[in-house]
Amino acid sequence: MTASKFITEYTTERGYDLKLQTGLFINNEFVGGDSQIETVNPANGKVICKVEAAGEEQVNAAVDAAEKAFEEVWSKTTPQKRRDYMLKLATLVDRDHEELSQIETLDNGKGITFSRGFDVRELAECIRYYAGWTDKVHGKVIETEGVLSYTRHEPIGVCGAIIPWNFPVLMLAWKIAPALATGNCVVIKTSELTPLSALKVAALVKEAGFPPGVLNIITGYGHITGDLLARHKKVGKIAFTGSTNVGRLVMKAAAESNLKKVTLELGGKSPNLIFDDADLDLAIKWAFRGVFFNHGQTCCAGTRIYVQEGIYDKFIEKFKEHTSKANIGHPHDDATFQGPQVSQTQYDRIMGYIDTGKKEGATLALGGKRWGEEGYYIEPTIFTDVKEDMTIMKEEIFGPVVCVSKFKTDDEAIQLANNTNYGLASAIFSESNRRCIELAKRIKAGTVWVNCVNVLHANTPFGGFKESGIGRENGEYALDNYTQVKVVKMATTLPA
Amino acid sequence: MAAETQADIQTIKTQSGQTLEVHTHLFINNEFVAGHGPLIETINPTTEEVICKVHSATEEDVNAAVEAAYASYKNVWSKVTPADRGILINKLADLMERDQDELAALEAIDNGKAFSVARDDDIAGCIGCYRYFAGWADKIHGKVIDTSPDQLVYTRHEALGVVGAIIPWNYPLMMAAWKFAPALAAGNSIVMKTSELTPLSAYKFAALVKEAGFPAGVVNIITGYGHITGSALASHRRVSKMAFTGSTVTGRRIMESSSSSNLKKLQLELGGKSAQIVCADADLKNAAKHAAAGIFNNHGQSCNAGSRIFVQESVAKEFIDLFTEQAKAIVVGCPFKDETNQGPQVSKGQFDKIMNYIKIGQEEGATLHFGGERVGDKGYFITPTVFTNCKNDMTIMREEIFGPVVAIGTFTDVEEAIELANDNEYGLAAGVYTSNHSTAIKVSNALLAGSVWVNCYDLFNNSVPFGGYKQSGFGKELGKYALLEYTQVKSVITLVDF
Repeated sequence: MTASKFITEYTTERGYDLKLQTGLFINNEFVGGDSQIETVNPANGKVICKVEAAGEEQVNAAVDAAEKAFEEVWSKTTPQKRRDYMLKLATLVDRDHEELSQIETLDNGKGITFSRGFDVRELAECIRYYAGWTDKVHGKVIETEGVLSYTRHEPIGVCGAIIPWNFPVLMLAWKIAPALATGNCVVIKTSELTPLSALKVAALVKEAGFPPGVLNIITGYGHITGDLLARHKKVGKIAFTGSTNVGRLVMKAAAESNLKKVTLELGGKSPNLIFDDADLDLAIKWAFRGVFFNHGQTCCAGTRIYVQEGIYDKFIEKFKEHTSKANIGHPHDDATFQGPQVSQTQYDRIMGYIDTGKKEGATLALGGKRWGEEGYYIEPTIFTDVKEDMTIMKEEIFGPVVCVSKFKTDDEAIQLANNTNYGLASAIFSESNRRCIELAKRIKAGTVWVNCVNVLHANTPFGGFKESGIGRENGEYALDNYTQVKVVKMATTLPA
Repeated sequence: MAAETQADIQTIKTQSGQTLEVHTHLFINNEFVAGHGPLIETINPTTEEVICKVHSATEEDVNAAVEAAYASYKNVWSKVTPADRGILINKLADLMERDQDELAALEAIDNGKAFSVARDDDIAGCIGCYRYFAGWADKIHGKVIDTSPDQLVYTRHEALGVVGAIIPWNYPLMMAAWKFAPALAAGNSIVMKTSELTPLSAYKFAALVKEAGFPAGVVNIITGYGHITGSALASHRRVSKMAFTGSTVTGRRIMESSSSSNLKKLQLELGGKSAQIVCADADLKNAAKHAAAGIFNNHGQSCNAGSRIFVQESVAKEFIDLFTEQAKAIVVGCPFKDETNQGPQVSKGQFDKIMNYIKIGQEEGATLHFGGERVGDKGYFITPTVFTNCKNDMTIMREEIFGPVVAIGTFTDVEEAIELANDNEYGLAAGVYTSNHSTAIKVSNALLAGSVWVNCYDLFNNSVPFGGYKQSGFGKELGKYALLEYTQVKSVITLVDF
C-alpha cells in the first residue's frame, strides 16, 4: 500500500480518533494540489486541517485520467463487473460506517445520529441501488420496414460533477452511482467547506478495486476548480447541485465551452399546505422536520407553511411548543437534533435574513438568536404573519427559519404554493383523498409529499420544476442523465 | 406402520476421495424435516452406485410446504422492503461463491457433469443470476396512465404469493436459480420440487438460504416423484403459479392439472429439437467449434441443444470433417478428473433411451459417421455421436434425444434451410452461421425460435431472456422479461372529480 503523505491525524471533541485523507484523489492516488484550503469545524469555529485544492493542472490531470480509463478500461468492462465493483464499495461503506459518520459530522456539523442513521446509510443504499442497474440499461428494437433499427444507450464518457456541503456523502452518491453504473468515468468536485468524507470514500473506492481513473475526487473553490471543470472540453456532461445563482454560471460555462450536457439541482422555497382536516399532530411533527431537518440546510425544505385559517391559531401554538423542544447541541452527541450551521458565511447570511424579516414587519414568534458561545448555532426560528412580498417569503434562506401564513380555500392554497420561481418540492396535509390527488396534480413542483415531508428513496426521482433545476436524480430517471442515445439502422431489403 | 426414515445428515464420498456431509430431509419453513414419503436412492451415474437415500414428499408434505410459504408471504415476506429483498438475494450469491467447490462437487457426483464445468459454468451462472435479479427487486415499476383530468390511474406489479416450481436434473442448481431469483426479487414465496435423480445440491443450497437470513417459509425445497410430489404441487389451490422445466409430455400434464384445479398461471420450458444452419459463406472453423458445443455441451442434456445441423451442400464435407474433429477431441471420463469434458449421462433410463435412438437412427438409414457406442463398462458414458445424411422426417431428426447425438443434413439455398429448421413442432432455439450481414438478419428474423444464435451457440447471459416458441413452451426466463412471469398487474382507477 502506497503511504500517502496527505494524511492528518485528528481526534474529535468527543474523543474519536480519525486519520483524515487530505489529498486530491486522481487516478487512484492521493496527490497534492496547487494550493491548500482550511476546513473548519462548525461546532467550534476552529480549523480541522488543510486539504489540497485543485488548480488547472490537477483538473486537467483528473480529466485526462478519467478519459484514459474510459477509453482503455471502463468501456471494456462488462456491466456485471461494474456491478461487482459497486457492490464491493457498498460493503466497504457498511464496514466503515462509524468512521464515515464521524467525519461527516465533524466537517459538516450535522448530528451524529443523522450521519449514521441517514447520510452514510443512504450512501450505501444509493450505491447498491445503482449497482443493480448496470446490466439493465436497455435500448430498444423498433420495427421499421426493410431496416433493422435498434437503439443503444451509451455512456457519455467523462462526466463532471460539482456538489454542495449540505449532504456531502449523499450528494456524492447521487452523482457517482448512476454515472458509474451507466459506464462513465467521473471527476467530481466536492465543496471546499466539507471535503473530508468524500476522501474517505475515495480510499474505499481504491480498496474496492475500481480501475485507476474511473472515479476522481477533487476539491477547490467553485469559481476556480468548479469553473475549470464546467468549462473543460473533454468533459461531456456536468451535474451540479447548489444554489440557483451558481447553477446559472455552470450553465453559462457549458454554453461557452463545448455545450456539454447539463443537469442542475438548485434551490427551493417549498410550500407546505396544511388543511383544516389534517391530522394536526402528525402535520406538526412533519412540518417541523420538513424545515428544521439538517438545520434547514436542505434544498427541498418546507420553508413556507400555509395553514388553513380554521386551525391556524392552534397550529401556531402547537408548532411553537414542538419546535421549542428541539434538541440543539454538539454534533457528536447522540441526542442532538440540530447542530451548527456549516460556516460563518452561512451563519451571517441567515442572521441577515432574520433581521430583514423583523424589519419588513413579520412577527418573530420563536427563536431568532444565536445559540451558545462558540460555533455557528442558530435557534430554530418561526416567523408568522408573513406576507407574500416579504423577502423572507421569497428568497431561500437555507437555515432553521420558517415562514408561516394562512389561507382560506383550496384554490388560494394552490395559488400561494405556486407563487414562486422555484418548484423543487411541496407538501399537502389533509385526510381528503380527493383533495390530495387533485392538488398534487395542480402544484408546480418536482416532488409532492402527501401527509409527510422530506421522504426520499433511492428509487424515486427527485428534481425541480422551474428555476429549481433541470433533470431528475435518483430512480430509473437518473440513468438518462448519464447516457446518450444512438440509433443504428441496418438496411436489409431497402432499395436505394 | 412408520415409513422408513434416516437422519438428515448423511456422509457421502466422491470418487475423488472427498467426504461430504449432505442434507437428505425436506427443507420446509427453514427446517429440515423427514416428511412422509418413501426414501429414494440417488445414484452416482459414474459408478452406478447409490450415493445415499433421500426423503421424499407426499401430498401431506406438499401441503405443509405450501402452507409455510403462504403464511410467510402473508405475514412476513410481503412486508419486507424491495431493497431488503435485494440484499438477501445478494447475500445468497455471496454464500454460493464461498461454498462453490462443495456445491460443484455435489453437482458432479449426482448429475455426472465435470466438476470444472459445474463450478465455472453452472455455479458461476447461478451466482450471476442471483446478483442480476437482486438488482431488480426495487425496480419493478407500475405505470401512471393519463386517461382524463378527473382520474388518477396507475398499475401495480404485485407479487403472486406462493409460486410452485418443478425443475429437472440437467442443471440442478441453475434451473433452481432461474426460478428462485426472479420469484424472490418480485416478492413471492416458493415451494420447489427438485428432480429425484439429482436432489443433493439443492439441499446444500437450502442451508445457505437459511444462513443468508431469509425468513422461514419463503423458500421451501422438497423432492419426490413427479407423479406424487409434482402432481400434488401442480394441483394445489394455494399455489398461484407453476413454473415447470422438463419434458413436453409432463408439461401437458401440468397444464391439465392447472386447468382442473385453480387455473394457476403457468410457465413451461419444455423440449427442443433446435436447428443449426451452416451457410457456405460461414467461417467453418468457428461454426464447427460452436456447433459442436451446441450439441455436446452438458452431454447433450440441454433443452436448447442444437441437435439438428443443416449444412449448405457445397461445404458439407469440409464442415463435417471439422465438426467431427471437434467431437473426437472431447474427453469422456470421470467428472472429477481435470481433463474430462464429458461425464456420464444422468441415469440408466436416459442411457437406454439414447442408445435406442442411436439404433433407430441406423435402422432408418442415417449414416453413423462417428461414435454411437458406450464408453467403458461402468457408468452411463456414451461417445459423442454424429449421424450424417439425415432427412428431416427421420425419427432422430424429429424427436428429442437428450444425449450427445447430432443429426446432420444438407440444404441447397437458405430459404430451404429456413423451412427445414422451422418444420418441427418445437421452437426453443436455433443457430445460423454466415459471414453475410443481410443473411444473418434475414435468417434470424425468419426462424421460429425463442433464441437465435448468430455465429455462435449456447451463449447465455442472465440479462437476456430465454424461452421457446411453439411446443417448446411459453414464458421467458432470465432478463427483465422474467419478472412478468412472477408478478400480476393490478390497475387502480380513482375518480377524483365528482
